[in-house]
Amino acid sequence: MKFTWFHLMPYRFLPEDFKEKYRSVWVDIPRDLYDPKVGHRLYNDYLDQLEYADSMGFDGLGVNEHHQNAYGLMPSPNIMAAALTRRTRNANLVVLGNSIALYNPPIRVAEEFAMLDVISGGRLIAGFPVGTSMDTNFCYGEVPATIREKYYEAHDLITKAWAAKDVFSFNGKYTKLRYVNLWPKPLQQPRPPIWIPGGGSVETYDFCADHDYQYSFLSYFGYIAGKKVADGYWDVMAKKGKELNPYSLGFAQVVAVAETDEQAEKDYAAHMDYFYNRCLHVYNGFADAPGYRTVKTIKAGVLGQVGDQAALRREGLKWKDFIDQGYVIAGSPKTVRERLREAMKSLNCGHLMILQQIGSMPPELVRKSTSLFATEVMPHMRDLWSNFEDRWSPKRDLPQADFAMPAPVHFQKTEVNGKVRASASASAEVRSAK
Amino acid sequence: MNTTQKLLNGKFSLEMQTYGSSGEPLLFIHGAGGLMPVEPFLEGLGKTFKVYAPQFPGYAESTGNEHIDDIADAVLFFHQLMDELGIPTANIVGHSMGGMLAAEVAAFDVHRAKKLVLISPAGFWIDETPIPDLFAAQLDEVAGLLFHDPKSPAAQMMTAIPSDFKALETMYVERVKRFATASKFLWPIPDRGLKKRAYRIQAPTLLLWGDDDKLIPPVYAKEFTSRIKNCKLELIKNAGHMVMYEQQEALVSAIRKFLKS
Repeated sequence: MKFTWFHLMPYRFLPEDFKEKYRSVWVDIPRDLYDPKVGHRLYNDYLDQLEYADSMGFDGLGVNEHHQNAYGLMPSPNIMAAALTRRTRNANLVVLGNSIALYNPPIRVAEEFAMLDVISGGRLIAGFPVGTSMDTNFCYGEVPATIREKYYEAHDLITKAWAAKDVFSFNGKYTKLRYVNLWPKPLQQPRPPIWIPGGGSVETYDFCADHDYQYSFLSYFGYIAGKKVADGYWDVMAKKGKELNPYSLGFAQVVAVAETDEQAEKDYAAHMDYFYNRCLHVYNGFADAPGYRTVKTIKAGVLGQVGDQAALRREGLKWKDFIDQGYVIAGSPKTVRERLREAMKSLNCGHLMILQQIGSMPPELVRKSTSLFATEVMPHMRDLWSNFEDRWSPKRDLPQADFAMPAPVHFQKTEVNGKVRASASASAEVRSAK
Repeated sequence: MNTTQKLLNGKFSLEMQTYGSSGEPLLFIHGAGGLMPVEPFLEGLGKTFKVYAPQFPGYAESTGNEHIDDIADAVLFFHQLMDELGIPTANIVGHSMGGMLAAEVAAFDVHRAKKLVLISPAGFWIDETPIPDLFAAQLDEVAGLLFHDPKSPAAQMMTAIPSDFKALETMYVERVKRFATASKFLWPIPDRGLKKRAYRIQAPTLLLWGDDDKLIPPVYAKEFTSRIKNCKLELIKNAGHMVMYEQQEALVSAIRKFLKS
């Protein structure tokens, strides 16, 4: 069993009456609710948390892309991943991912992912989401009816650019390039592992099965509701005669650990409420632009992640309901161990995307929950799926001797225009010693 | 009368409504909402004209939507349709998105439209008067955007939300199909370059606009009158965007008078 510590990077300070006063946390949320001074602190806190997760032995650090919202403040997850390349050592960088249909030309994604892979020494996992309707259609103006076609074309271009031995031309419908010649190319050859995050579009199962990609189901309904989607995925895999390897499925789950079950409620209930009632408060009209989901998916009856249907289902839920219905796995290490094991077994899932900073949760609680999980839960789950090979993680075959370490930096206090500033300089000896 | 029309050796299969059997040919191009099974105002026009009203590919039973990506594809589709119907030149009437397409059909090939009638047409964007986002509108907001009197029986009938789950699902799927197609011309802003081409329109043009159109306000009329040489505007009183359901008789008689003059 493997664990990716996933951060959404929400804005933690939306007003109490946000849900009553504003129609949406996404797309047209008022700009004056964002304070960049608070943002400065948040980004740095959040990077600290990801780095802490690396030090605690998680297999991956997860970041993703969203636009114009307070739910997740990473319009560019690549910037966060770049920051992580330098201050983390062990964990893979799970960028889940870049909405590849939004980039013109999409070769930009191939380049940035290659950079991340090279800088990190081959630790990148490349995620290719279509992106939510809010992000792609409403914020980035993509025509709903054609975004999937554009997405598949971008995928073909990027994977070809990574693998190509020579310069080639690409005559797509949406992108035409006379010379495709990727510099740098990724360190992992022919390419980094590809994970496809999905919200339940049935086409995505086939796409993953046909390309041997990992399917990551990113749901906030939890493992009980998520079983329907996981079963749909495994059905497709079985029909296509593919190996039912748990590592080919990722699943996102909100998890919170405390000393006891009672303490967990005391610590985390308010922050869960913030997440489900403020971070996911999306105006129904933005949830699903006509044509974004195919008729096939609509008819499959997969519930959207956001919008009225989803909100209705969460309406009035209290801590106990969130726990009972599996939205959240929380409690003492023992409780979490038992429920999480049951959850991962019922889903046949080998890659847990664990969400431990949720909603308004402050740094000290994130650290506590993460630490308890890493020391008292994770080690007890490592045996799960040990008879399967994880073919969807970086091989990490760069020899230790070739692995570049950032030079230490020494901070000195200096005064500029009467103000004290910290300035950094790496000493010449340290650099040459490398 | 409903018939099925095959085009381009079956590349498109069109559900086609026709009204009337004699008179000059009239091609009607519907808006983003598509055609109802029977359109009373087209029946009215059918008394004077031979009306052809296809469901656009992607609407109702019409297929071939995947062959149309943009305005040029849509215009050539209509040119082909007119050729195959044996009406290479006709009076062309379009509503909303269909008005935008009708104007494009007439601009791309000046010989296609004998006369042109544009009813509350889309095709432009004015920063100071943004068009409300119909794609994001909720079912209970739609009537208010489309009708002068959202409480009228016509408005209520057009925007009723079925209580039966199966009917609701069907309605939702049909709405998705229609709007997914419409989004090719209208998303996220319904400006696809008509402003560069409208000068080409030679046909005498009548603009009809509900005086209380809350979706595309009548202020948009000047985008057309300022670019089309022979273009006049008539406002229809007590009508919103769906003029044909609120002021059917006034609309039909205005069109008839213009096309017969």
